[in-house]
Amino acid sequence: MAIVFRQETFRDDFTYRNSPENIRRFPFPFPDDNYMYSVNMEPHVKGAAGTVFENLIDVDEHYISEMADRALVLKADPLRYQALPHMMQAQWDTLELLMEQQAAGYPEHFTLEKNGDRWRWINRPLGIDDTFTFGDLTTLPMEPLEYISRQTQGDITIVDQRDNNLWMDAGMVTTQADWSLDFDVGMNFMEWHGPVPLAHQQGVFERALKFLLNMQLGKPIRRYNWTMTINPRLDTSPENYPKWGKDRTTVTPENVGDKVHLRVEVQTLWRLPRSNALLFVIRCYLMNMSELVTVPKWANRFHRVLGSLPTELVDYKGITRYRDVTVEWLSKYDDGAPTSAGTFPD
Amino acid sequence: MSQTDFSVRVASVTPVAETIKRFRFERVDGEALPIFSGGAHIVVSMKDGSVTRRNAYSLMSDPADPSGYEISVAKAEESRGGSVFMHEKVKVGDVLTISAPVNLFSPDWRGRKHILIAGGIGITPFMSMMAQFDKAGVAFELHYAVRERARGAYLEDLVARYGSARVKTYVSEEGTRIPLEDILTRQPLGTHLYVCGPDRLIAGVLDAGRDAGWPDYNLHAEHFLTPPPGKPFSVELTRSGKTVAVGEHESILEALEAAGVDAPYLCRGGACGQCETGVAACEGILLHNDLFLSDDEKASGKKIMICVSRFEGQRVALEL
Ligand code: FES
Repeated sequence: MAIVFRQETFRDDFTYRNSPENIRRFPFPFPDDNYMYSVNMEPHVKGAAGTVFENLIDVDEHYISEMADRALVLKADPLRYQALPHMMQAQWDTLELLMEQQAAGYPEHFTLEKNGDRWRWINRPLGIDDTFTFGDLTTLPMEPLEYISRQTQGDITIVDQRDNNLWMDAGMVTTQADWSLDFDVGMNFMEWHGPVPLAHQQGVFERALKFLLNMQLGKPIRRYNWTMTINPRLDTSPENYPKWGKDRTTVTPENVGDKVHLRVEVQTLWRLPRSNALLFVIRCYLMNMSELVTVPKWANRFHRVLGSLPTELVDYKGITRYRDVTVEWLSKYDDGAPTSAGTFPD
Repeated sequence: MSQTDFSVRVASVTPVAETIKRFRFERVDGEALPIFSGGAHIVVSMKDGSVTRRNAYSLMSDPADPSGYEISVAKAEESRGGSVFMHEKVKVGDVLTISAPVNLFSPDWRGRKHILIAGGIGITPFMSMMAQFDKAGVAFELHYAVRERARGAYLEDLVARYGSARVKTYVSEEGTRIPLEDILTRQPLGTHLYVCGPDRLIAGVLDAGRDAGWPDYNLHAEHFLTPPPGKPFSVELTRSGKTVAVGEHESILEALEAAGVDAPYLCRGGACGQCETGVAACEGILLHNDLFLSDDEKASGKKIMICVSRFEGQRVALEL
């Protein structure tokens, strides 16, 4: 079924909204009424129709507007795209994977025709029809990673594997919750995961690193992360802090429903074939509180999760200023009933 | 069968030298195999009567060619069955199961130039690497030593394909040896060196590299560790409640698989860390043979790599 793409903004007048159907496919990340930090990794396999896992690279109604927002971010700050020279092979790997997955999942919107190394890529939502030679840089208008990440929802980073470590050596980062590619590029796994409270002591990250180093071709995995954002702003990067930092002081009991957003990142991780690098696709989903409470189970559960969040995590996620007012607002929608198992709507 | 295993038919078996055969595998369903990266290996599962043998072999075919995979198998002198089985039993048309490629010997793509040093059958991972370097226009130099010409696989082929400027061969029986010192001292900054072959060659090259002032992270080695034999023993498994006997020529991992206990693995050679297993109880000594655990971890007696390590003593219990 063809997606009806919305025209909307992630800045200034913030017209971003979710349709009722899109709300129900939101990747609500809390399996339980109590919150506990964990490195939650699971195999990235196809899920049920009507969920964001229907296809391995998810395209939704926000696609065109997100790509337009990315173009604006890049125009203002070209350093949001960076790739070290040795990552060229991994860039081609990434282009292939993202084209193949989008064409397989949404044949009415994307088509990839391969004739040996001569490829034709049709992206109907963005009006692109390009023929190029796979592996030949001169046949594309820009580097392969920049090209395909201007046509894929989510931030994309490519991590090189060497010396028993992972190195963030290429990426397109324009929708990131408070971290910076410019700051992290060239860093290894332990360095870029530096400031996470609680988890590090548990050795969670050492285990995660070993797991990632041994990730296999054809067995992608996924994990969730979440935070909250005021206004549906995709670009909450440190570089952009002067613009969004003050948003946090604007929440009142009257505007919680519209302004406060649950922000969920679904990260999918893939071993790349030619380069042996790892691809991280970090997809951001936003839903405001008024939309969230249209699903009664989520209204109950999110009220309880947010209310029971340990103080250090509240601070770490940067939601201290408006957590209480949001919990108070949500309490009107919590009917006290037990919630059903799993994360999906009833 | 997991989603990353493939059912393949043996498309050809080619003798390439004394005691070395090349096997080509193509998918039974006619589909493409995954494209891979130079230096990768696969694990081949062979049904030998009631026993399933699993051996890891480096892929030597062009990584960009998904129509089939090729490996070369040397018949080991004291073989534990796998290579003898491949040599004596496996014929064209047979169906085997192979894993998706795994790469524990990937080139460092930052390298301005890559020096490859191979001894004997250690040539195989470099064959896929060179195909990739050649296509990408990356500078490389192969130094390939064999004991005797009759046992040297692909000596002439490689010179013909890449030219004598990039491929140098040495035959110890004929008195030619790899001029290590010379190679190590005349490389441009940013050169990476890779070695694969017998333990003695690897140790010698790594030592010489360090002596010549090469940084550790520019030196790479792939060891072909095969599980060493030893006295039989048995292991208790705390989760499944089973007790499994491990024979003289069998690893713990193989004994578990034969007993129907699933344990994770990738390399089956003590390098990747995937088969790390907790030790719940140990009255005796753990014989650590792996390259993965640190000396402290080995000394702690809390972990064992079950693909290569063994046990001697009264009783050992594993968290499986
Ligand atoms: S399977 Fe790789 S170390 Fe045991």
